[in-house]
Amino acid sequence: MDNNKNWIDQRFPLTKVWNEHLAEYYAPRNFNFWYFFGSLATLVLVMQIVTGIFLTMHFKPEETMAFASVEYIMRDVNWGWLIRYMHSTGASAFFIIIYLHMYRGLLYGSYKAPRELIWIIGVIIYIALMAEAFMGYVLPWGQMSYWGAQVIISLFGSVPIIGPDLLVWILGDYAVGDPALNRFFSLHVVALPLILVVLVFLHIVALHTVGSNNPDGIEIKKNKDKNGIPKDGIPFHPYYSVKDVVGIVVFLMIFSAVIFFSPALNGYFLEHANFVEANPLKTPVHIAPLWYLTPFYSVLRAIPPMFGSQFPGVIMMFAALLILFALPWLDRAKVKSIRYRSYHYKIALGVFVVSFIWLGYLGTQPVTPMNAILARIFTVAYFAFFILMPWFTSIGKTKPVPERTTE
Amino acid sequence: MSEQAIDLKKRRFLTGATSVVGAVGVGFVAWPFLSTWSPSAKAKAAGAPIDVDISKLEHGQLVRVLYRKRPVWVFRRDATAIDDLKTLNQELLADPHSKENQQPAYAKNIHRSIKSEVAVLEGVCTHLGCSPTYRPEIGAADLGGDAWKGGFYCPCHGSKFDLAGRVYAGDPAPTNLVVPKYHFISDTLIRIGVSPDAHEVKPIFKSNKLT
Repeated sequence: MDNNKNWIDQRFPLTKVWNEHLAEYYAPRNFNFWYFFGSLATLVLVMQIVTGIFLTMHFKPEETMAFASVEYIMRDVNWGWLIRYMHSTGASAFFIIIYLHMYRGLLYGSYKAPRELIWIIGVIIYIALMAEAFMGYVLPWGQMSYWGAQVIISLFGSVPIIGPDLLVWILGDYAVGDPALNRFFSLHVVALPLILVVLVFLHIVALHTVGSNNPDGIEIKKNKDKNGIPKDGIPFHPYYSVKDVVGIVVFLMIFSAVIFFSPALNGYFLEHANFVEANPLKTPVHIAPLWYLTPFYSVLRAIPPMFGSQFPGVIMMFAALLILFALPWLDRAKVKSIRYRSYHYKIALGVFVVSFIWLGYLGTQPVTPMNAILARIFTVAYFAFFILMPWFTSIGKTKPVPERTTE
Repeated sequence: MSEQAIDLKKRRFLTGATSVVGAVGVGFVAWPFLSTWSPSAKAKAAGAPIDVDISKLEHGQLVRVLYRKRPVWVFRRDATAIDDLKTLNQELLADPHSKENQQPAYAKNIHRSIKSEVAVLEGVCTHLGCSPTYRPEIGAADLGGDAWKGGFYCPCHGSKFDLAGRVYAGDPAPTNLVVPKYHFISDTLIRIGVSPDAHEVKPIFKSNKLT
């Protein structure tokens, strides 16, 4: 056994990698509930890739056959329904996990120096994931696939001057149709998964270079024992690998319950209109993207057209995403964790979370005058969180941060 | 190895020159790949002009045809509807005189069509591309009651258009509906996709009438 290990180690850094990233990767000992979601996100990524590979074996990315091939998977392929529902529920689960994972970052200031790059790579993953999910939703070629694509792609048509030509180039036709379906399939199953896997790899490499943050927001590497091991650190394996298994079991219980009892989750995970085949001549009564995109869809709808163009709304929608990149530099607070921050930050974060959830809810609802006003208020609140951050993080009294992690 | 010192300046120049030539090469190779995304010959052929027979079109009736995979509406307005276009409260509309370039020059008039009776409109909302529904009934309660003179209502984001495709002020849609290029081959036959003065293009497909 040892001989085999040596043979490999002389040719490939197996033991070195194992130790650096698992057995001798020292993570803070005070991780809590919020630290489940990184490993869960990895699990869901693997699950999406595996189920995706098997769905690809039966799916036909062609205008007249796509819808029928999904129904074929659901009815005729052995266990096809299970794999399809794992994939569709997995998409929503992925976003629930990612949103909680990002919220953890906001709670404990995990984006602050020296972890800016981890945050930036993470935001790129989030955006790539949205593109991946959007294109995946087009593939079953239901009414919502078709009209959702129509709405989202037409955003590019509002770009001044080059818009109309850009639109035709993206679609490969004068409207959403077979060329668009075919290229979205290619991007969904090859290009974006590759990009996502590489980004996740970079995310973890960057994390393991600086080490994990923790609920106290203190750097455990500042307090090392005589062997150079952080006093507040414990090896990731076996301590956190075992802890994560508990999280995975609980997650799989909830996940299975959704798959077996309510895979469409009342239209939130699979919209009702998507069980009808795409029809270019009949727009569904109400078009909404899936829940994980609705906060940004709300921002888009909240901005009225200006200068005879929808473009300002499009810019604001993308700005709502891109402003996340600036977060590490907008936050001027000396402390990382919410435990020691001033109440100004706690209030601002509360307002932000409420605004984001409201924007998400409004994005699933039809436009009414009342909803339009609410969407505008919460859009302002969303942006205010970022724009006012340099101010509200530099005022107010913070609590003293302890030297060592607390129990 | 010679004893000569390394000429860093020369090395930098060579690195730079190689990078520039390499980048130009990458640019040239990228072009075919990017160009595959433009409409193929097949997609372009399928986007050829179509003919619509309107001999059986009644007053108030609307037919939807597919042109370039987009719904195009052809409908016949009666005398009341044409009069309403002129008298419709101009303050209600965002662009009553069609100043925005959303129609060919020959349709830049109050009824936004070549003949006042027959309207041809692209049935695609200028907001985000949904297809509005035809709501010709005058005074529809859910669309403003007595002020409603018939028109179109977009179910996605609530934009309203009159029977000439002019958008109501304050709605999400920024501009009037697009009037496609078209002309009359005869009194009962319309060709969509070609202007009256344009060089004649023979249609490849007959329209597939759906309503």
